[in-house]
Amino acid sequence: MSSFQARQGSLKIVDAAKVAARGALFVTEARLRSMLKWVWLIISIAIANPVLYLISIGLGLGSYIDQNAGSAGIDGVSYLTFLAPALLATAAIQGAMDESVFPTLEGFKWNKTFFSMNATPLSGNHIAMGVFFNSLIRTVFTAVLYWLVMLAFGVLESPRAYLAIFTAVMAGAAFGALMQALAGLLENENMFFTIVERFIIMPLFLFSGTFYPLSSMPIFLQWIGWISPLWHATELGRWLTYGSEISTSMLFVHFIFLNSILAVGLFASRRIFTRRLGK
Amino acid sequence: MSESLIRARGLTKKFDDFTAVNGIDFDVLKGESFGLLGPNGAGKSTAMRMIGATSQRTSGELTILGKDPEQFGPQIRAHLGVVPQQDNLDTQLSVTENLYIYGRYFGLSRKFLKGKIEELLAFAQLEEKRSAKVESLSGGMKRRLTIARALVSEPEILMLDEPTTGLDPQARHILWDRLFRLKEDGVTLLITTHFMDEAEQLCDRLVVMDKGSIMAEGSPAQLIKDYSTKEVLEVRFGSERNAGMANDLGQLCERIEELPDRILMYTEDGEELLERVYKKGFHPKTSLVRRSSLEDVFLRLTGRTLVD
Amino acid sequence: MILSTAVAIAEARMGKPGEKYYSGRSRAIMERAYIAFKSSTWMIVISGFVEPVLFLLSFGYGLKDLVGDITVAGQPVGYVAFIAPALLATSAMNGAIYDSTMNVYFKLKHDRLYHGMLATSLGPMDVALGEISWALLRGLSYSIGFMAIVAPLGLIPSMWGILAIPAAVLIAFGFASFGMAVTSYMKSFQQLEIVNVVLLPMFLFSGSFYPLDVFPEWLQTVIRIFPLAHAIDLVRGLTLGNISWALAGHAMYFVVMIVIGLFFTTRRLNALFMR
Ligand SMILES: Nc1ncnc2c1ncn2[C@@H]1O[C@H](COP(=O)(O)OP(=O)(O)OP(=O)(O)O)[C@@H](O)[C@H]1O
Ligand SMILES: [Mg+2]
Repeated sequence: MSSFQARQGSLKIVDAAKVAARGALFVTEARLRSMLKWVWLIISIAIANPVLYLISIGLGLGSYIDQNAGSAGIDGVSYLTFLAPALLATAAIQGAMDESVFPTLEGFKWNKTFFSMNATPLSGNHIAMGVFFNSLIRTVFTAVLYWLVMLAFGVLESPRAYLAIFTAVMAGAAFGALMQALAGLLENENMFFTIVERFIIMPLFLFSGTFYPLSSMPIFLQWIGWISPLWHATELGRWLTYGSEISTSMLFVHFIFLNSILAVGLFASRRIFTRRLGK
Repeated sequence: MSESLIRARGLTKKFDDFTAVNGIDFDVLKGESFGLLGPNGAGKSTAMRMIGATSQRTSGELTILGKDPEQFGPQIRAHLGVVPQQDNLDTQLSVTENLYIYGRYFGLSRKFLKGKIEELLAFAQLEEKRSAKVESLSGGMKRRLTIARALVSEPEILMLDEPTTGLDPQARHILWDRLFRLKEDGVTLLITTHFMDEAEQLCDRLVVMDKGSIMAEGSPAQLIKDYSTKEVLEVRFGSERNAGMANDLGQLCERIEELPDRILMYTEDGEELLERVYKKGFHPKTSLVRRSSLEDVFLRLTGRTLVD
Repeated sequence: MILSTAVAIAEARMGKPGEKYYSGRSRAIMERAYIAFKSSTWMIVISGFVEPVLFLLSFGYGLKDLVGDITVAGQPVGYVAFIAPALLATSAMNGAIYDSTMNVYFKLKHDRLYHGMLATSLGPMDVALGEISWALLRGLSYSIGFMAIVAPLGLIPSMWGILAIPAAVLIAFGFASFGMAVTSYMKSFQQLEIVNVVLLPMFLFSGSFYPLDVFPEWLQTVIRIFPLAHAIDLVRGLTLGNISWALAGHAMYFVVMIVIGLFFTTRRLNALFMR
């Protein structure tokens, strides 16, 4: 309190136009800082998760499946190769979820940081986009690490396999944006995480053709895959990593589906954030 | 002399190396209303939690209703009603359910609670919110519910840690009134507060705490008499000039305190002092004459203001 | 002076052992859980029941043709019947762990709920016992519900299978008491993440989805240090009717776990609830 600088005035030192243009980045910076506190945990999860899953399910369960399937393999390849791209997309989605839902609940409810941000020149749109960018960073990071582990396991057969990182990130971004909007809607729900985890994430994970071709599910369960970003990203990932058979039109369908979800999610997040802050 | 319900000797609480309560002695007598007054971090809440038998002391003696809280926690707490500084209502339950289940924790019968809940809802003016979830209550409503909840077991000792923070003036006065009536019924009150008027109104006797120690003890009137003058003149000269004035003004009165934003001049007759200030050629921007309060007692004892 | 009922009840325990911690009314805590269940936590409670069923649908029916039959004790077993008991054991574990770690920690630090409870004539032991009992009651209803779905599907070939229900409760008790002991040592929410770090590999490697013998000897030995493998072997042995003394050994593992967990929880009660 002792040495105050001479007052210059906010008219002089705050550049409202600059904030309007780059506000989202300031929010991203704030979020990134709090994420960095966790950086070791995030890195360990990002590496341990694929290694454990690929060994346990891919190799362990895979040894039974490969034995049973004989030389035909599953979709023409080993079970490990078949499973890996699905797990890549899953990890990207999970990373995006963690970094969009948690901060949204925190910002609106637990410590109300969004309201204090909104008391500065930052708007609801800035905050929504800032949170999204931050979760995008986490998603890219997770996907790249996962991809490197896949490389080490030798399941990337196609030269264009690196593109699977992009399709996984696309799914993560789409799903994260949608969940961010949903989390923004919730007024008071401590149990949100558990509910979403068990009624949305789990079913999507289990019924999106992750562990076996979607077509081997009874038809009344297949629709879960059709609306699941995970399935679309997995299909693209399988085509990219080992060249599974897929028609060009379906490639477009997957691509367009993911991007539409992303657009809807972002639009809804911005609307919902702005409205809730203005309430 | 009536019996001492709470007795502390050398009561101390340390958190690792930090001493939050540093060897305090006091007695609370049956039926009296006893206050703990002090600035943020003085150790009031820590002392309250030890008395509430929910925090273990590091050293010293403490008996509540003649028993050691370390040995007889549940039995002692059966006689206490506790209003913690921070509300800890059950957010998964509604207003009525909160009152009900809290009564069940004391083992009270469902039949008894049915009537009691109505009475407490009326007391807390929450009848219209009876089936609302706690989360949807306003801050002041939550506070009133916490206070009502503490009364569910008709406790012998009611412990209130800053009970009126967040209450509007009307609710505050209703609470004071209700506390008076409980006192008339023989309930012993233990109160911490930042509000001078509250301490002066409610407490028969109080201790002033600072940095874990007791600085003084007595009735509000006695403390003011012992540690301050009858009246105080507050003058302001603007933030730059206050400092320079203190020396000159000091000669005009018994005692002077210099705060960042104003100067306090202690005297028996404030108006007369103000005249002398003007005569000397000083022209404060604002001036105010008031009676001495516990705030001044505290300032005298510690050199700091109570409400920063 | 009229002695209120509260006083009378608390004083009834005067001189009895443990009066310092326990006032003999953990049922009040269960009553609270029941009221909360009715009004707000039922979604979570039900979701815990749905989880193993979803796994059964997905893994069981999606993978059964890909994997084929699995040989257990010399007998071929259909894949769905093979994983069903593992899912029962795993969901008993998950429920108990959630109740005793996250749930306790949140009520403790976030809602300060236990502070309120302990300002009454309840003791820390009442709270701990009440919470664990509620968790077990939940575990019991989950396993009854799960059995009611899988038994009619012919996935429980042996009559011994009925014992899988008490076995699941035993497993839940083991994890709950141990989890609570662990929670009592947690200083921050971040440390709770450690629980998940242990759970995921345990879930993936304890033989839920295929027999452990695909792994090298040493890894199998390591896996058997952890409780989930014992839980799965116990429940699977019962549902498939492979009764042997080994099952008693698995059950003993959980008895020991309960004893150790309760011992530390009791010791740390004050640290957990009364700092
Ligand atoms: N659980 C704890 N662990 C460590 N330090 C603590 C703990 N509780 C209180 N303290 C410290 O003890 C000191 C006294 O705290 P206490 O809450 O008793 O103050 P208080 O007089 O009630 O203040 P206020 O008026 O702000 O409520 C503070 O410095 C506080 O930081
Ligand atoms: Mg306090």
